Amino acid sequence: MWQAARLVATFDPDLVEITALSLRVSLGATVIASLIGLPLGAWLAVNRFPARRFVIAILNALMGLPPVVVGLMVYMLFSRSGPFGVLGLLFTPTAMVIAQVIIITPIIASVAHQAIRELWADYHDLLISLQATRLQRIKTLLWDGRRALMTASLAGFGRAIGEVGAIMIVGGNIDHATRVLTTAIALETGKGEFDMALALGFVLIGLAILVNLGLHFISRTERGARW
Amino acid sequence: MTLTGVSVRRRGRSILGPLDASLNGGGLSILMGPNGAGKTTLLRALHGLERVSTGDIHWTDPKDAEGRNQGFVFQTPVLMRRSVLDCIAYPLQLDGVKRAEAREQARARANEVGLNVNLDQAVMFLSGGEKQKMALARALMRRPRILFLDEPCANLDGRSVKEIEEILLRIKDGGTRILMSTHDLGQARRLADSVLFLHAGKLVEQAIGDDFFRAPQTAEAKAYLKGEILL
Repeated sequence: MWQAARLVATFDPDLVEITALSLRVSLGATVIASLIGLPLGAWLAVNRFPARRFVIAILNALMGLPPVVVGLMVYMLFSRSGPFGVLGLLFTPTAMVIAQVIIITPIIASVAHQAIRELWADYHDLLISLQATRLQRIKTLLWDGRRALMTASLAGFGRAIGEVGAIMIVGGNIDHATRVLTTAIALETGKGEFDMALALGFVLIGLAILVNLGLHFISRTERGARW
Repeated sequence: MTLTGVSVRRRGRSILGPLDASLNGGGLSILMGPNGAGKTTLLRALHGLERVSTGDIHWTDPKDAEGRNQGFVFQTPVLMRRSVLDCIAYPLQLDGVKRAEAREQARARANEVGLNVNLDQAVMFLSGGEKQKMALARALMRRPRILFLDEPCANLDGRSVKEIEEILLRIKDGGTRILMSTHDLGQARRLADSVLFLHAGKLVEQAIGDDFFRAPQTAEAKAYLKGEILL
């Protein structure tokens, strides 16, 4: 336990490197998935089309997508014999980001859809009355629903930062290349290096809390009387 | 405007009409009638919020038919998750007006309707009367030629009702045509230049305000003005 605390307190270089890559991959995946998922959720809330319920049902089902299966699929797509093998992305952080984007986009879109649907019910008559275009409606809903949407993105980030199955397969857990907190914890536990595993675990939990607090602080969500 | 055989049906059930009516000239017209008479549906149909199942709404001046020349104030104000000033400025921002300019005009409109509060606070912290004034200021942002109001004073205290009524009279004097529904007989007497009395989705009587209250022509209108319950 003390050994773990010492590793964290002294900013152990390996620990810092692994942490930085974890943040880079998970934040990158969250940003990309948010760019796809948030407008998708808003679009599904605002538009009516024949297969809408079916699409929403699929989206909700994809929230439970098994990461290992996603990892396997991305592996097959980017392996040398796969359709995108020529890009040489397998066992790189980029492949890890791609896998995480696939895993968390349905989560972000689904939570965003639920939030925007409620806001749309409130705003519907006003936006129609003011003849807002479809794009203006979506922009308004995304802006006014930004607190709930931030929660959607944070849910995605939470899933991404703690994910191990997919990135282990597509990243390979290569030292100084694709090793992140979760894969490192799995490795250190396997080796019996519980101090290092515990230190990595502390950092992982701390990171998740810090990112959440940071985003809440930046967006000033606690300044209740003002928007 | 002229309505010819206008009806609204929902899930096979008739909500409104078919009704014929003609509303010409300026002033303030009051839609009256018991609950379920079709007042809100008629207002929404005229504004394009409700799809008309049959019939035709003909606007004498085509400019009046344009949505941006109409304003609508809902019974329950739609509260956007923004500051009071940004809520009022919103229609102009949709029109592409820069935020600073839109907020400047919103401040002037808030002043016009007597909304003397901290305009930078969230709209949810306003009182009922202030929320309705905010909605009124927002509906006036595009300087509409026609203003629809759906029971704007429902659930407001006497002071707020008086303030809203004074604002409406000022708006009317400014040349805006007003069509408003209300349950409040006293308010209808105070404001109505003309009255459209609806019952069970039908237009039962249409008359000049004073004439309607002095000598209603139909049994339904007489009963309603006596305070009897219409079924």
